[in-house]
Amino acid sequence: MNMLTDAAVEEKLQSASKPGVSKMVGKDVTVHYGEKQALFGVNLEVPEKQVMALIGPSGCGKSTFLRCLNRMNDTIDICRVGGSIMLDGEDIYDPRIDVVELRARVGMVFQKPNPFPKSIYENIAYGPRIHGLASKKSEFDEVVETSLQKAGLFNEVKDRLHEPGTGLSGGQQQRLCIARAIAVSPEVILMDEPCSALDPIATAKVEELIDELRENYTIVIVTHSMQQAARVSQRTAMFHLGNLVEEGPTDKMFTNPDDKRTQDYITGRFG
Amino acid sequence: MGEHTVSSFDEELGHIDRLIREMGDLAGAMTRASTNALLSSDTALAQRVISDDTIMDAKQRELDERAITLIAKRQPMAQDLRGVVGAIRMAADLERIGDLAKNIAKRVGAVGQSATPRTLAHSIDNMAGLVLDQVNAVVDFYVRREAEQLVPLRDEDEKIDIQYTSIFRELLTYMMEDPRNITACTHLLFCAKNLERIGDHVTNIAENAYYVMTGSQLPVQRPKLDETQMSVEADS
Ligand SMILES: Nc1ncnc2c1ncn2[C@@H]1O[C@H](COP(=O)(O)OP(=O)(O)OP(=O)(O)O)[C@@H](O)[C@H]1O
Ligand SMILES: [Mg+2]
Repeated sequence: MNMLTDAAVEEKLQSASKPGVSKMVGKDVTVHYGEKQALFGVNLEVPEKQVMALIGPSGCGKSTFLRCLNRMNDTIDICRVGGSIMLDGEDIYDPRIDVVELRARVGMVFQKPNPFPKSIYENIAYGPRIHGLASKKSEFDEVVETSLQKAGLFNEVKDRLHEPGTGLSGGQQQRLCIARAIAVSPEVILMDEPCSALDPIATAKVEELIDELRENYTIVIVTHSMQQAARVSQRTAMFHLGNLVEEGPTDKMFTNPDDKRTQDYITGRFG
Repeated sequence: MGEHTVSSFDEELGHIDRLIREMGDLAGAMTRASTNALLSSDTALAQRVISDDTIMDAKQRELDERAITLIAKRQPMAQDLRGVVGAIRMAADLERIGDLAKNIAKRVGAVGQSATPRTLAHSIDNMAGLVLDQVNAVVDFYVRREAEQLVPLRDEDEKIDIQYTSIFRELLTYMMEDPRNITACTHLLFCAKNLERIGDHVTNIAENAYYVMTGSQLPVQRPKLDETQMSVEADS
């Protein structure tokens, strides 16, 4: 049995409620799509090796903020990002930053599973190949297996690794995309409503996975399910109309939030 | 607080609140009636209290079921979650108040008409009045969502405790004066003790209600001395 001293218990309690070291820091982040402003000066710190949930009503800017964290907004022509976003103290919008490398460090899983139209194996081997993380066949085999294992998919697909990824069920495809994101050993994983197309069992598997990934990765997840946010995250940030309304320990946010808008949103009293 | 987008959610929460109100009213009525029945040896009234307790139990079961269904169906968050969990706890305390009143009622007849000295009856009657005010007030403040009113209310419990201690002493005196008083006085002591415990349940309810409304705990109360315990030790 694992006996904890009072001091150790105290420390555990402390560390559970403290934001911890910040992996990413957004300062005065603004985003415009053409004339339309979508974010109005957001200040948010993403703690290392924890899960942060972004919640808020549709159109409030959650996906927009998430996309700022790995410069996915660069792919949208009319999008302009202001303010600064740091990864380990380094400005990711600095012109000297290699965006491809950044996206290997800050990976992303989208709402709709989007496997490449290639085999399961290739879906995962692709990232390590372009980033030069593996070269020999045995190395690729290993990264494919461990990534699938971590994503909780290996046993289901081990006999059909060379069949197309698009032939998997929705939940399996989503876990394939998570495996693909993990394969390049990112430091941060961004997830935009990763379970919105999944059944409760697949959702539970993804949540279980998120919980395991937290050991080694920093995770930011956008979700419309309050229960999911409450289950998987340690900290929660609430957005409304392009502003960050409130950020704090998840337990507090879902039992006794400070802001009236958070209160109204999570209790189902909005609009 | 604004209304839920899904209006049936509000109706369900409203229903739970109404049950708390009804249970609170019933608890108050049972407390009053059981004490009156005891002091005036009114067995018919005592019988009513005993049958009211079945109604109380049924209401608690209904509240529990509604609360559990609501949690399953709506997965309440924040103040709604506190409200539902708090209601379950408050209902348990109200149900216990009903039990204590019923136990008082069950003693009716055992005391015997002539044995209760007037001054003593008066003290117990007073104490019952204090307790009754507390029961009514706590439910009122809860239903009207007046959190700050709950703070002095909890401290009022001190008065009940003091009253109990003084009744305890009075009863000891009568018993020592004439051993023939012992039977009657024991029943009265039991009644006073139950009233005092009803007061404790009111304190629990006040603490729960405060948490439901504010999300924080009532400030910690200073530890209280149980004087009856001390005087027993001193006397023995
Ligand atoms: N590519 C785009 N072009 C123009 N406007 C956009 C674009 N993407 C988002 N917006 C606008 O920016 C605002 C924020 O959108 P965003 O997608 O970040 O919201 P969200 O919080 O993720 O909403 P949802 O919960 O519905 O996904 C919205 O008003 C939206 O219309
Ligand atoms: Mg979105």
